[in-house]
Amino acid sequence: MNVGFVMLAHAALDRAGQIASHLAEAGFPLVIHVDSRTSEQAFDTLAAQVKPHENVHFAQRTACEWGTWSLVQASRDAAEILLNTYPELHHVMLISGSCLPIKQPDALGTFLSTHRNTDFIESVTIGDVPWTKGGLSDERFSLSFPFAWKKHKRLFDIWVELQRLTGRKRSLPQGLQPHMGSQWWCLSRTTLERILRDSRREELAAFFKKVWIPDESYFQSLVRLYGSRVESRSLTLSKFDFQGKPHVFYDDHLLLLRQSPAFFARKIWPGANRLYRVFLSRQLSRETKSAVSAAHIDRTFAKAITMRTRGRPGLVMAGRYPNKGFENGLTGAPYSVFQGFSDVFTSFPDWVSKATGSRVHGHLFARRRVEFHGDQSGYAGALSENAKLRDYDAPSFLRNLVWNTRGEYQSFLFSPRDRQIVGKTLAGDRNANIAVISGAWALPLLHSGRPTDQVRRIAAILQKREAAFLELLHARDARCRARIWTLAEFLERPNDTLQDIVDSMSGAESHLISTPPALRSMGGLANFLQDLRNAGMNPHLAGDVVDPDPPKSAPWAIRPS
Amino acid sequence: MGAVSALRLRIERRRWQLRAFRKGRDLSVVADRSGMVGPNAVLLFATIRNEKPRLPFFLKYYRDMGVAHFFIVDNGSTDGSAEMLAGEPDVSLWRTETSYKHSRFGTDWLNWLKFRFGHGHWTLTVDPDEFLVFPFCDTRPIPALCDWLDQSGLRALGTLLVDMYPKGPPDKIAYTPGQNPFEIASWFDAGNYAVSRNKKYGNLWIQGGPRARVYFADEPEQAPSLNKIPLVKWDRRYVHVSSTHMLLPRGLNLVYDEAGGEKASGCLLHAKFLDSFPQKAAEEIARRQHFARGREYDAYHLKGQGPQGLWCEWSERYIDWRQLELLGLMSKGNWA
Repeated sequence: MNVGFVMLAHAALDRAGQIASHLAEAGFPLVIHVDSRTSEQAFDTLAAQVKPHENVHFAQRTACEWGTWSLVQASRDAAEILLNTYPELHHVMLISGSCLPIKQPDALGTFLSTHRNTDFIESVTIGDVPWTKGGLSDERFSLSFPFAWKKHKRLFDIWVELQRLTGRKRSLPQGLQPHMGSQWWCLSRTTLERILRDSRREELAAFFKKVWIPDESYFQSLVRLYGSRVESRSLTLSKFDFQGKPHVFYDDHLLLLRQSPAFFARKIWPGANRLYRVFLSRQLSRETKSAVSAAHIDRTFAKAITMRTRGRPGLVMAGRYPNKGFENGLTGAPYSVFQGFSDVFTSFPDWVSKATGSRVHGHLFARRRVEFHGDQSGYAGALSENAKLRDYDAPSFLRNLVWNTRGEYQSFLFSPRDRQIVGKTLAGDRNANIAVISGAWALPLLHSGRPTDQVRRIAAILQKREAAFLELLHARDARCRARIWTLAEFLERPNDTLQDIVDSMSGAESHLISTPPALRSMGGLANFLQDLRNAGMNPHLAGDVVDPDPPKSAPWAIRPS
Repeated sequence: MGAVSALRLRIERRRWQLRAFRKGRDLSVVADRSGMVGPNAVLLFATIRNEKPRLPFFLKYYRDMGVAHFFIVDNGSTDGSAEMLAGEPDVSLWRTETSYKHSRFGTDWLNWLKFRFGHGHWTLTVDPDEFLVFPFCDTRPIPALCDWLDQSGLRALGTLLVDMYPKGPPDKIAYTPGQNPFEIASWFDAGNYAVSRNKKYGNLWIQGGPRARVYFADEPEQAPSLNKIPLVKWDRRYVHVSSTHMLLPRGLNLVYDEAGGEKASGCLLHAKFLDSFPQKAAEEIARRQHFARGREYDAYHLKGQGPQGLWCEWSERYIDWRQLELLGLMSKGNWA
């Protein structure tokens, strides 16, 4: 046979044995290196398992610590044995005990026989490596790493810091350009022999002994010195999570793996019985899907990384509770808030629904109860109309409402008469489109017919609340989109501002307002405001409302266009 | 965290450990098959009382999920639950007649058992009406989840307790032993949970769901806590504080991401509202063994549920874990 395997194994040896037997049966020789720290019992079971196969050999067991030279030494020693025992091999492939062949073994043989002098090893210059997650990249080569990262983390860190402080830099062996890549390679015999037997091997080994994670850079760098044709890709499919640890494949990844163009995949969960059964079966179909589907694999795992690092904005749940400033958005979708509009117009929510097709709730934060759209007693996600329940955690209520109705633009009414606790959340939410007609609270008071001194007191309270809300909207840490008009300003040109508001809600579509909403009666407003002033209050938020005389062409009446 | 508060919490943890030792003496062993527990076994710990109809499904559900052994405390059952469990090959059973309340609702007994048998194992602590759902649970057994948590360096998995209820009053449809309770209690509230953080222990405090909506709408602060951390890689030093709502050392409670991302989390489907519920509520009021003198059960009893039960027209019907994940009740985190 033309291809041999070096297998590094330390855990789940029964699976390693299964793979070894499978490959051996297909005629491929193997040398297995089992970590010396694995139990004797497990080793003996493995040895017994592969005994019937003459082409399975064992290398001397050594202790292999992650990220150290011992792994490279083990693969070199095992590769030596393989090359010496089988002179007809023209390729050697390095796999682990948790790798799984996802193609028929002879497919690999056929493939490699047409690429006799090509080395398949991911080999990327350190400047171009995008994947070192938190791990050092060029410092792997410029600093020395005598301590194992997993076992002596503190020493490791201290030594790195010391070197950085002293500015110490190691000198590279002549002609060596540091490269990095996946440690699961498939090298041609010629290249491998040169690496193992070259006169410079001691010098290079001495350098790489102090490099961090040399199994990702030793062969990858040397292949550039000794290799003739290098294809910088690994034949083993391996995906990494946001911590740089390999993703594990399970039974439900079966179809995904069938789509991959790779010959092996790692890591496989030892309990994935279906995967082992299907891929080690002789009946495994030879046809594979096109490489277009391989992008599907990348997408699946890329989504996992995004989910872990960015989460879903606007969602707070058992696994996600972002600190202030890290939310990526306080709510999950844009929405609109209208303050003062229901005081100025009659049936404003209905009009908005007709004009834009979206549903407008009433006063969601009204004191007595939540006024959902259509006067319902609850809403999406089983939100309750109970005001006490809502006020217990008003930001959560708002967040839940927006989250539960994603895809359906939400708007609601707000007013100084409502509970103001949600004001800060609204102001800080970049998804909030807030439109305010300040001073509009004067209109219901105008029509209430109550005595002046009572009205004056209420007006003062409402104005104070509205002023506080407006201050939040103007604050430096406000993120919302706020448009504020005084009552006087709004009444001068109501149509334009309404069109503006409707446009911001509809999104891509633009609805031209055909029928404007009906204004409430404004008669006596200017006098009313003057009365308030006379009583000692200053209704400044309403602006300068002009006297309604003469009635023929009142400035704020809507002219039909 | 200051040195003083760190010390205080350590003292508190020791207190709970000592309590566990003391309360452990109230347990008398009925069947101890712990010798058969292998090194990588996932273990389940529970306290039961008169749950005989529910036990067959409970055991099957978790066995199918890959739980290797059950450690159960029977608190004076009179319906044959204990006899039934004593005969099961993967169950180790203890019995006690002492007060459920005085063992802090079983927490002390289970802390004791976890101290003795749980060290170095992934342990799942649940009530007999709680059913764990985690991402990919339909294709991956719980040992796969635990291996992945080990690999990722995580020691615990957070969950949301999701109350499941039927359409209509709970006693309308009779539950047959061995039946999947979620064929009857198939509905849940999809998005009305309020989350805040407990400053002392660092765990998330979640309230909401149907019980808050129906029974505690006017006193929302009394609504039950729905945050649970049932799955933990146990160490002798650990204790659960107050059911499985939080743990000490408090680092274990950080099962959530604080920087805007999401950590993997699951759900505990709560099959409480079945036909046995009204009768149980009445019984528990009489026993006065529950939290805050059974205030919760008082609420259930006094308010009743009305003709629709807990169901409302915005209730969601349960399909599978993917639905829960899409709704935002659980998360895949970094798992794919």
